[in-house]
Amino acid sequence: MTRSRHLPSGAGCPAALLGLGGLATFALLLEVLPRAGVLPADYFPPASRIALALLDEFGQPAFREALGDTLLTWVTSLAIAVGAGIAVGVAIGSTPLVRDLTASTIEFLRPIPSVALIPGLIVLLGTGMESTLVIAVYASFWQVLVQVLYGVADVDPVARETAHSYRLKARHRIRYVVWPTTLPYVMTGIRLAAAVALILTITGELVIGTPGLGKKIDVAYSSGDVPSMYALIAVTGLIGVLANVVTRRAERWALVWHPSVRGESPA
Amino acid sequence: MTSALRRAAVFFALPITLLAIWWFASAGSTDFLMPPLAKILEVFPETWSRHRLTHDVAPSLIRLAVGFAGALLIGIGAGVVIGSSRVVRLFAEPVLEFLRAIPPPALVPIFILVAGIDNVMKVLVIISGCVWPIVLNTVEGVRGADPVLAETCRSYRIGEMLRLRMFVLRSASPQIVTGARQALSIGIILMVISEMKAASEGLGFTIREFQTGYQFPQMWSGVLLLGLIGVVLSLLFRVAENRVLVWYHGQRAAARVSR
Amino acid sequence: MLEIRALRKVYEGHGRQVEALHNITFSVRAGEFVCVVGPSGCGKTTLLRCLGGLLPPTSGEVTVAGAPVAGPPDGLAIVFQEYGRSLFPWLRVAENVALPLKSKGLGKAQRAAIVGESLAAVGLADAAGAYPWQLSGGMQQRVAIARALAFQPRVLLLDEPFAAVDAQTRADLEDLVRSVWQRFGVTLLFVTHDIDESVYLAERVIILSSSPTVVVEDLAIDLPAARDQLTTRADPRFIELRGHVYAQVQKAKRSHE
Repeated sequence: MTRSRHLPSGAGCPAALLGLGGLATFALLLEVLPRAGVLPADYFPPASRIALALLDEFGQPAFREALGDTLLTWVTSLAIAVGAGIAVGVAIGSTPLVRDLTASTIEFLRPIPSVALIPGLIVLLGTGMESTLVIAVYASFWQVLVQVLYGVADVDPVARETAHSYRLKARHRIRYVVWPTTLPYVMTGIRLAAAVALILTITGELVIGTPGLGKKIDVAYSSGDVPSMYALIAVTGLIGVLANVVTRRAERWALVWHPSVRGESPA
Repeated sequence: MTSALRRAAVFFALPITLLAIWWFASAGSTDFLMPPLAKILEVFPETWSRHRLTHDVAPSLIRLAVGFAGALLIGIGAGVVIGSSRVVRLFAEPVLEFLRAIPPPALVPIFILVAGIDNVMKVLVIISGCVWPIVLNTVEGVRGADPVLAETCRSYRIGEMLRLRMFVLRSASPQIVTGARQALSIGIILMVISEMKAASEGLGFTIREFQTGYQFPQMWSGVLLLGLIGVVLSLLFRVAENRVLVWYHGQRAAARVSR
Repeated sequence: MLEIRALRKVYEGHGRQVEALHNITFSVRAGEFVCVVGPSGCGKTTLLRCLGGLLPPTSGEVTVAGAPVAGPPDGLAIVFQEYGRSLFPWLRVAENVALPLKSKGLGKAQRAAIVGESLAAVGLADAAGAYPWQLSGGMQQRVAIARALAFQPRVLLLDEPFAAVDAQTRADLEDLVRSVWQRFGVTLLFVTHDIDESVYLAERVIILSSSPTVVVEDLAIDLPAARDQLTTRADPRFIELRGHVYAQVQKAKRSHE
């Protein structure tokens, strides 16, 4: 299963062509179906009109500002969630007692939908970036934390005992024993967290009204500017694709040099 | 006996401590926005009366259930088709990656536009968000099926339907469950915000009403209820998962022991 | 029962051709127990997959009971080498054995009867309710054999079935296969790289050369039908035959170097 993903690049050529064909077909359908009247053109503008609206948006300072706001909120929330997730995860995971004590609380807090907090946050923090930041951090923090806890639990007991018998300082133990095992898990956590943080950033902008692409989508919707609504949604999708590509690369990089994963075989 | 007691103590210690802290820290709160926990709990039963439960909470949960079930059906179906053929998979993958990457809440306005603000819209929103993780994970699962088992099916000439039921779906089930778990949490988000954006009833709508009506204890009780629903749904999911994946967890445990 | 005529298989890919099987011709009579041995990498598994209809040959013909093979033929079952991966981990032992019967359209009662009988035949009547991964490797391979028996094939192909089990278990499984063959009267083709095993088990041993593969010798094993691990293996005739097969395999290896 893993091996097929690492095929030599020679096998990738027709694959890329097929994929491009798929994208082209998708765009063509989006163009033709509304024009032919199969889809109501009022709700589904043809692809070319969406593309024009997209170009138009790129020319506007308001769009670039909204894009910047969204990216800022997203990256900030992700950074906080990752930092906090790693710190809390290593702290909790390193001590079995603390781990046991917090397990039930984590299990209860994690599934609380962060959107439930929206009304409370509007009341407490207003409709600025802080409110959106809180829901995005809350939702993505758990993704990182849980992965870090898996990772810390996965540390080879022999390595752990060796570190103990040499009386390594906690700082060094984390640096040389815990961290290398945990890193691939952290990367997985970051990948999941990036997607979740983006979803909640857009949610916050859309529902709370925090400045950003989500809010622009809402404005485009209420002013009946359907093509730019689609264009903006496409932009959020592109950000999502970018996030996936980057985090997946990072994940693979972390996996490549990680010996325990490299040596894993189905036998 | 003592170990069971100890485990119970470990399990409940922190949650009780945290609740106690919240209780006492908020006890004397005169802040209009942050009422005491005692007050929130006091208004809880009257706020979530039988009437509200049947007219607001139940419709929300039913829409979530219908949407989630629809997404499972469509997602697994599409995932099996895409995952079974290399050509179809390579053809569809970039489009799927793009559609999956769109934050589902961004689609809410489209669905309001297309389907109005009724049940259909909300169910469509939930399906549109839940379906992607299920499709992509099903594709992975179907692709990852063991070639020896595939040959076993061929050499015993297992019929197409039986093969699908007993081999393809079962072998992909760990990944399908992973996808479904991601889908469920997205589904809850979409259930709430589709109601916050456009609705005349429902859990999200009601909580939003309390907020705009300055009924803060009621609002917080709603937040609490939503949290509880999230926790209960994830517990139910875990029960279902344990039933579906007995073999998977058992096999992994067996492999760990023998290693 | 099983006819292989001028079978040739060439793998193509990545711009180069590999001729796995050059020209294989032999036949197996109904009810016979034939072992195929050869040096490792001589295309034994390729041969077996061609016989089982899992792999189309480049040229030549395979017939089972007179019918040409195109796709998995009727009345033929395969036991794979990878026992751990040929059983469905989500099905219990009895369900694993019953699955091909279900596909055949047999009723519930009939299935249960056949499954019980086959599991008893391999000594696993007690394990019906267990999951495969709860069993040892040898027991898992027994389940795979029981599944093949339950299918009631006329021809049974085994692909190095005991390559991955320990020596003790292996001896037990060899005797099991012999007894099952005698009891069910099935035509049995057993592929192995183990020379001792082939002589011990078979009525006839087919020796293959290394790749590109041809049949080097078709050797009748004139040992008494009742065999056991101690006396048969100590029989001078056994030692003689084993020595002969060994020499042939060595020669086959050298001739291509």
